[in-house]
Amino acid sequence: MRIELEKRPQASVFYAVLSPFIALVLTVIAGGIMFWLLGKDPVSALYSFFVEPLLDVWSLHEIAIKAAPLILIGVGLSICYRSNNWNIGAEGQFIMGAIAGSIVPVVFHEWHSPLVLPLMLIFGMIGGALYAAIPAFLKANLNTNEILSSLMLVYVAQFFLDWIVRGPWRSPEGYNFPVTRNFAPEAILPEILDSGRTNLGFVFAIVAAVLIWFMMRYTLKGFEITVLGQSERAGRFAGFSSRRMIWFSMLLSGALAGLAGISEVSGNINKLQPIISPGYGFTAIIVAFLGRLNPLGIIAAGLFLALTYVGGEAVQLTLTVSDKVTRVFQGLLLFFVLSCDTLILYKIRLVFPGRTAAVAQDGLQGGAE
Amino acid sequence: MGIIEAILLTVVTAATPLVLAAIGELVTERAGVLNLGVEGMMIMGAVLAFVATQATGSPYVGILAGIGGGALFSLLFGFLTLTLVANQVATGLALTILGLGISGQIGEAYVGMSGTKLPPIAIPGLSEIPYLGPLLFKQDLIFYISIALVIGVNWFLFKTRAGLKIRAIGDNHGSAHALGIGVIRTRYLAVLFGGACAGLAGAQLSLVYTPQWVENMSAGRGWIALALVVFASWRPWRVLAGGYLFGAVSISQLHAQALGLGIPSQFLSALPYVATVVVLVLISHNRRMTLINTPASLGKPFVPDR
Amino acid sequence: MKKLLLALATSAAVLGFAASASAQDKTKICFIYVGSKTDGGWTQAHDIGRQALQAEFGDKIETPFLESVPEGPDAERAIERMARSGCALVFTTSFGFMDATIKVAEKFPDVKFEHATGFKSAPNVATYNSRFYEGRYIQGQIAAKMSQKGVAGYIASFPIPEVVMGINAFVHGAQSVNPDFKVKVIWANTWFDPGKEADAAKALIDQGVDILTQHTDTTAPMQVAAERGIKAFGQASDMIKAGPETQLTAIVDTWGAYYIKRTKELLDGTWKSEQVWDGLKDGILTMAPYTNMPDDVKKMAEDTEAKIRSGELHPFTGPIKKQDGSEWLKDGEKPEDGVLLGMNFYIAGVDDKLPQ
Repeated sequence: MRIELEKRPQASVFYAVLSPFIALVLTVIAGGIMFWLLGKDPVSALYSFFVEPLLDVWSLHEIAIKAAPLILIGVGLSICYRSNNWNIGAEGQFIMGAIAGSIVPVVFHEWHSPLVLPLMLIFGMIGGALYAAIPAFLKANLNTNEILSSLMLVYVAQFFLDWIVRGPWRSPEGYNFPVTRNFAPEAILPEILDSGRTNLGFVFAIVAAVLIWFMMRYTLKGFEITVLGQSERAGRFAGFSSRRMIWFSMLLSGALAGLAGISEVSGNINKLQPIISPGYGFTAIIVAFLGRLNPLGIIAAGLFLALTYVGGEAVQLTLTVSDKVTRVFQGLLLFFVLSCDTLILYKIRLVFPGRTAAVAQDGLQGGAE
Repeated sequence: MGIIEAILLTVVTAATPLVLAAIGELVTERAGVLNLGVEGMMIMGAVLAFVATQATGSPYVGILAGIGGGALFSLLFGFLTLTLVANQVATGLALTILGLGISGQIGEAYVGMSGTKLPPIAIPGLSEIPYLGPLLFKQDLIFYISIALVIGVNWFLFKTRAGLKIRAIGDNHGSAHALGIGVIRTRYLAVLFGGACAGLAGAQLSLVYTPQWVENMSAGRGWIALALVVFASWRPWRVLAGGYLFGAVSISQLHAQALGLGIPSQFLSALPYVATVVVLVLISHNRRMTLINTPASLGKPFVPDR
Repeated sequence: MKKLLLALATSAAVLGFAASASAQDKTKICFIYVGSKTDGGWTQAHDIGRQALQAEFGDKIETPFLESVPEGPDAERAIERMARSGCALVFTTSFGFMDATIKVAEKFPDVKFEHATGFKSAPNVATYNSRFYEGRYIQGQIAAKMSQKGVAGYIASFPIPEVVMGINAFVHGAQSVNPDFKVKVIWANTWFDPGKEADAAKALIDQGVDILTQHTDTTAPMQVAAERGIKAFGQASDMIKAGPETQLTAIVDTWGAYYIKRTKELLDGTWKSEQVWDGLKDGILTMAPYTNMPDDVKKMAEDTEAKIRSGELHPFTGPIKKQDGSEWLKDGEKPEDGVLLGMNFYIAGVDDKLPQ
C-alpha cells in the first residue's frame, strides 16, 4: 500500500477550516488509547485537557496570559519565514528586550512617572530589535547564515541575563539572591479586566497580529514580503531588495519578541530573574507554523497551544499522570494538526499494488469542491 | 598522563556526540530535508541505549538499540514531511517535544541506576604511539565509528553516484525527479541515516560520556549539532573541525575557571557559542563558495507530478 | 436538544458533587516542583519527602503535586490552581517560586503555604530551609584528612548565597584539620547537565585535585571520580550506587521529617507561619554512611556530627578571615543567620574569585 498526494488546483477552503477539527478528532482517539493503556480513564483525561480549562473564567485568563507572548513572537516570526529569513533566535531577542526594557525600573528605580511604562515598552522593542540586528547585519553584510548566528545568540543572551541579575543589577534587598529589585507599581503592565490577571500584553499581541495581517494583505510591503519569499529573483525584477528585507523582517520580529519579553517581565514576573521564559521563543516557532504563517491563524494557534499547557496541568492533577504524559500528548496533537493540513493543498489517495484503480480516500471530496 | 593529553581526551568525549549527530543531519540536509528534531532523536537514542544495556548487560546491544531507536523515531518525521508534506520546521520541533516526553516516560524507572560504560578498545601497535596513541587509538567503538562516518560520508557524497544523486536532490528536487531519481525514496533513506546517527550520538551520552540515564540529559546538544551543520557549510570535514572546536572551547573555559582567572563564569560559559559565530563569519565571507554548498531546496516540500 | 443539555449538566453536577464529597474526607497537602520528580536530585528528594508524608498519614491525606513547573507566570498559575482545588497546605519547593507564592497567598488567606529556601513570609506563608552547610563542614574535615595533595575540587552550580555558604563551610571544615588546605571551584552554570558536570569533574582532576565535591544534581561527577580512582562526596541523595568505592559520604536531604511535622501541626490546628531553618539535629538533613575511609577519619566525622547535633559546635565559629584578608568573625564569634543566608563573599583559602 502506498500513499499518494495529488495537488488540488487551488487550496481547499473547506479543508482549511475543517482540518484542525479532523486533527482534534484523531488526537482524541489516539490520546484516548494512550490514556487507556496507562490505565487512566480516557474520558475524564480528555475532558480535563480540552474542556475543563474553558469552563472557568480564571483559567481563561491563564490561557490568555500564556498565549500572549507566543502570539506576539509568532507573528513577528511569520514575517521572517515568509520572506525566507530563518530567525530561530527569538528566545534571545525576548530576553534582550526584557533586559533593555528593565533599564528604567531597575537602574532609575527612584524615578516615578507615568512615562515609565511607555519608555520600558519602547526600550524593550529597541533591545529586541538591536539583538536581532546582529544576525541581520551578519547575513546582509558578511553572508553569515542566520540560523546559526541567531540560535547561538540565544545562549549568549541567557548567560548575559544570568550575569546581570547576579552582578550589577542584583537587588540590594534580596539577600544576594539573583533577582533585581521588584518593579514599582507604575512599571507594571495594568490588568485589563477585573475578573482575572490578563494584562495589556495580551492586547499588544492581538493588535500586533491584526496590524500585521493588514500589512500582509493590503499593503505593498506585504506583497514585497510574499514575492521575495517565493523567489528572490522575481523580487529583484520587481525592484525589491532582499537585503533590505533581511533588515526589515529581522528588526520587526526582534522588536516584537522584545516587546513580548518586556511585557512578560513587567506584567507577570515584576522583576528580572535568571529564567524568564520557559522557551517561548522556540514554542512560538511551532505556533507560527501551526497558524500557517497567517497572523490571524497565529492568534488561534497561540491560544490553542496555551490551552494544551493549562489543560496538561489539569490532567496531571486529576489523573495523577506525570508531566511527561502531557508532553507526549502535546506532541501527538501537533503531529496530527500538521499532517491534517496536507488536506488543504492535496488530495490523499491510498494506492494498493496490483490494483489498477486507486481507491479514493477523500470521502468528503464532494462536499469539498 | 600529561595535562594537555588529559584535556584532549576530555575534548574527544565532549565532541563525539556533536560530530555524530551533525554528520547524520548533514546527509539529511544535503538531500534537502531540514530535520530540527535532532534533540528529540538523540534523547530517544540515549534512553533506549541505556534501557537495552541494562536489560542485556551488553553496551553493544545498547548501541544497536540507540541507532534503531533514533532511526525509527526519524521515520515518524519522514512520514509526516515526505509522505504528507507537512512543514519540516514545525514537524522537527514537534518531534523534539515528543522525544523529550516519551524518553522521560520510558526512562522513569531507570533514573539513578548505575550504567555500564562502553569499554575502550586499544588498537595493537598504534595505541603505543606516544601522545597520539592513547588519544586516537585507545578509544571506545563509538569514537571510531564517528571518525569512520566523517570519512565515509565525505567519500560517499562526493565520490559515489549515490552521493551525487543525494546532492542533486538537495539542490533541485524538480530536476532530479525529471531525471528519474526517486526523490522521496532517497530522502527517506537520508532521514533514516540522520536519525540513526542522532540515536548513536544519544547512545554515546548514556554509555560513554556519562553512563547513566537522567531526563533531558542531551541538554541542548542536538541544537548545537544542528548549528554545526550550518557552521560546516554542509562539508563533512568541517563538521569534524567544528565539533572539536566547540568541544575544545567548552572544556578550556572549565579549565580557565579552575585556574581561578576571575573572569565572570557566565562570560566563559558563553564563549563556545560566540566562538562558533565568529569562526562562521570568518569562513563564510565568500558568498559564491557558500552558495555552492548550500542545498538549494533545503526545507522545501516536494510532491511528484503525475 | 435542550433536554440533552440539561441531562448533561445534571450528570456533570452529580459527578462534581461526588468528587468533592470524597475529597472532603481527606486533607489535601499539595506540592509544586520545579523539576521532574525523577530528576535524581533536588526535586526527587522533595518527592521522597512527599511519599514519606503520604505513608505517615495514609488515608487521612492526599498529596497531589505538579512537576516541572517553570519559574515565572507558570508558577503563579500552578500555585493558584492548587489553592483553588482545595489544598489546605501547599509546599512550593524552589527559590524561584517565592514571589508567586506570596501573590497567591494574598488571594487565598485561608490556605497555608510553605516556601522552600526563600526569605519572604506572610501570615499564611511560612518558609523552610535546611542547614546544608553543617554537612559540608563535616565533608571538609574528611577531605582534609583524606587528600594527599591538600587540594579539593568543588563543582558549583550558580553563585547564590546557598552555594557560596556551602563552599565556605567546606573550606572552613577542611582548614580546621589542615590550615593550608585549598579548594578549586568550577561554576558549571547549571544544576542539571550530566555531560557538563562530568567535564567539570575531569577538568578539576586534571588540574590536580584528589577529592571531589559537588553542588549540582546528577551523579556524573561521582562516576568520573570512580573512574579516575579518587574519592568524592554525594549531593542531595545517597549516591553510593554511582561510586561504591568512591563515595565518602553524602548530604542527604530528608524533607519528609519536616513535611510530617508541619502536616501534624496543620491537622492539630497549631500551624503557625514561621521561618524555619532546620539542620542535622532536626532530621531534615542526614549524612549518608561514612564509607571508604579509615576508622580514625570516620570517628572524627561522627564526633563532629554529634557536636553539631548537640549544638556544641557551630561550623562557622571565629576566628575566620574573608578572602581579602579582612576579619569576618572574631575568636569564638558566631554569625547571625541573616548574614549566612545572604553570604556573598569567600573566606580565606578558596582558590577562586567569586563571580559578582
